[in-house]
Amino acid sequence: MCLAVPALVVSIDGNEGEVEMAGVRRRVGLQLVPEARVGDYVLVHTGFAINVLDPSEAAESLKLFRELDELNAQDGTSS
Amino acid sequence: MKYVDEFRDPARAEALLRRIRAHATRPVRLMEFCGTHTHAIFRHGLRQLLPPQVTMLSGPGCPVCVTSAADLDRAIALSRIPGVTIATFGDMMRVPGSQGSLQEAKAAGADVRVVYSSLDALDLARKQPDRTVVLLGVGFETTAPTVAAAIVQAAAEGLGNLRLLSLHKLTPPATHAILRSGEVALDGILAPGHVSAIIGAQAWQFVARDYALPCTVTGFEPLDILAGIADLVEQHEAGRAELHNAYPRGVRPQGNPAALELMGRVFAPAPASWRGLGTLPGSGLALREEYRAFDAAPLLAAHGVGTAEAREPAGCRCGDVLRGALAPNRCPLFRRVCTPERPVGPCMVSSEGSCAAYYRYGGDA
Repeated sequence: MCLAVPALVVSIDGNEGEVEMAGVRRRVGLQLVPEARVGDYVLVHTGFAINVLDPSEAAESLKLFRELDELNAQDGTSS
Repeated sequence: MKYVDEFRDPARAEALLRRIRAHATRPVRLMEFCGTHTHAIFRHGLRQLLPPQVTMLSGPGCPVCVTSAADLDRAIALSRIPGVTIATFGDMMRVPGSQGSLQEAKAAGADVRVVYSSLDALDLARKQPDRTVVLLGVGFETTAPTVAAAIVQAAAEGLGNLRLLSLHKLTPPATHAILRSGEVALDGILAPGHVSAIIGAQAWQFVARDYALPCTVTGFEPLDILAGIADLVEQHEAGRAELHNAYPRGVRPQGNPAALELMGRVFAPAPASWRGLGTLPGSGLALREEYRAFDAAPLLAAHGVGTAEAREPAGCRCGDVLRGALAPNRCPLFRRVCTPERPVGPCMVSSEGSCAAYYRYGGDA
C-alpha cells in the first residue's frame, strides 16, 4: 500500500497534472506538491504525487555508490 | 526508467553486499517496518544474498493486515446498508472479517467497487447522487494525505453523498509499541521510505534516542535497501545508534509540509485498534469536527446495523507475524491450510502481507 512510483510531470492544470511513467501517461492529483513544475520527477501513490524527487540528492547517492569500491579497498573488504 | 534503473545496478549492489558481509561479524537482527520493503526484499532476491549473520524481520507495515477484525466487520456491515456503495482499495476485498469478506458481501449483492485512488470515490459519488458512497480509508501516512485531499475537494464541491470510514493508521506509535514491549530482540530499524516522504526522516529520531537503536530511512530499489541494511550493520558493528536517511532524493528531514498540512487540517490523531498490537492511543486518524459530516461511522447506528463480537480466524497467527514474533513459515497453517488462493488471515491475503511474500517467493528456509 505504500508503493510509489517515480513519474515525470509533463503538464500542470491547477490541482491536477499529467505524468508519464514507463511510457504511460496518466492524470494525478498535485494537491500535495504545490512546488512541482513541468520537468520534475514526482513519486506517485494512489493517483497523487506525494513528493518531488530531488535530483541533486539522487546524484549524490549514486556518487557514493560509485565510490564504494574504493572505500571497500581501503577497508580491506574488496574481495 | 529514471530513478529506477540506476538504483538497480548489479555491480553497485555487489559492492554494498561486500560492505554488509565485511561488517556483519556477529549476528544482527533488523526489522523492516514496511510491507512494501518486505516484498521488495523478496522480489529482488536480497534475502538470499545477505550473509547468515543478518536476520531481517518483517514488521506491522501492511495497512490491510493490521486492520482489526472489528473494523473489517464495520466495513462489511456498511456494505449491507441499502443505498450504500463501498469504494475500497483492492487489497481489502478478500480479507476475512468475523463473518466473510467484502468480496463475499459483494457476491451476496452488496455494491462494492475497487478504486485505485480516493479521487475515484469522488467520481462514484458525483455519478450516483442517489447513493451514499463510503470510501474505506485504509493506509498509513503515505495514503492519508491523499484521502484528506479528496475530502477537502468533496467539501469544496458540496458533495453530500460521500462518506469516509477512516481506518488510517500512524506508523511511529506502532513502532514505539513494538520496541517498548521488548518482545522481539532487535538491533536496528529500517524505516519506511514513503511514509517518511510525508512525515520526514526526523519523525524516527525516537528510535535512536529512546531505544538506543540505529534507524535508517530508505527507499525501495535494491540499492536503497542494501544501502539501508549496510548502514544499520555498520552502525551496529561500531556500537552507534543514530538516525540516518539513505533515501534523501525522496525524503526530506521535515517531510512534505503541504501533505502534513492537509492531513492535519482534515484529521486529528485518535486511538486505533491494530491486529496484533491492540488499541494504541494516538495511532489512528479521525475526521476533525469541520469534516465530521463525511464520517461514515454514524451510518451504522442510524440504520440500526450492529456488528457482533469480532472473531479472529481460527488458528491464524497473523498478529504474532505482524509483531515480528513469528516468522510466517513457522505458523502451523502456513502453506498447509493457508495459501494465497485460500487465505485464512490477512497477512496471506494482502499483496504486502509477509505471509504472502514468504509463500510467493519461497521463504521456507
